[in-house]
Amino acid sequence: MISLSHYLALGAVLFCLSVVGIFLNRKNVIILLMCIELMLLSVNMNFVAFSHFLGDGAGQIFVFFILTVAAAEAAIGLAILVVLFRNRSTINVADLDALKG
Amino acid sequence: MTFELFIFYLFAAVMVFAAARVITARNPVHAAMFLVLTFFTCSAIWLLLEAEFLAITLVLVYVGAVMVLFLFVVMMLDVNVEPLREGFVQYLPVGILVGVIMLVEMVFLITQKYFKSAQFPVPERASADALSNTETLGQLLYSEYLFQFEIAAIILLVAIVAAIALTMRRRPNTKYQSPSRQVEVRKQDRLRVVQMPAEKRSS
Repeated sequence: MISLSHYLALGAVLFCLSVVGIFLNRKNVIILLMCIELMLLSVNMNFVAFSHFLGDGAGQIFVFFILTVAAAEAAIGLAILVVLFRNRSTINVADLDALKG
Repeated sequence: MTFELFIFYLFAAVMVFAAARVITARNPVHAAMFLVLTFFTCSAIWLLLEAEFLAITLVLVYVGAVMVLFLFVVMMLDVNVEPLREGFVQYLPVGILVGVIMLVEMVFLITQKYFKSAQFPVPERASADALSNTETLGQLLYSEYLFQFEIAAIILLVAIVAAIALTMRRRPNTKYQSPSRQVEVRKQDRLRVVQMPAEKRSS
């Protein structure tokens, strides 16, 4: 049978893949946003797995709210991206140095 | 190996492959497509976990709305991908190193005795005449978590307003009609009757 550790391990693998993705694609804002979505997905996987194995619906309610917030975040992030591209004609993170940070 | 375990491993393999392609794909459109595949297989795994409502929501909301939004933006922006790829090979070793270290740490924690089957026994499959997953979630959501549910609605409203306010722009040279000014027009503003003396016939 599939135990809880199977699902937790799958979530861990997904999370690490998205962390590596943030390291590799540090110039491309679109891929960075996709990596954040992937991270949220791996966290949701843990929530659903624990909710199933504990027999408690609260974990799935939490996933519901995470999905809501993630959708809002993706919409605003992409809107910012469009405005950024309109003003600077680039989405390269290395070129976004107007604040001299 | 039971059939269930086989299904799990199959979907897990597809999911990890798709996630790996998301972070290594050269073309952002391909990355978005592989992210769609990741979400799809993830919803299949959630079906194995008897979270049917969330599995369908993931496909509808993520694949149907969020990823389409991503694809719109990727295709709308004329991005030159090549300069965005620089440093990929350079950061590959350190990225893989950090990823492997994190993974080893997490798997070390997961394989401890706390998450073994003795602590979390595999629950019985829900019987057909029990409350469905959707009903269970609905009863929780509209009673115990009603306030949070309304806050989620407000968050979505704020997201709508913010996204539109950010991306809407007024171009100064665009010609458009102003209905209020059209309605306000009176005859005196537009029409002037000029009195002129009659001209003498010259011939």
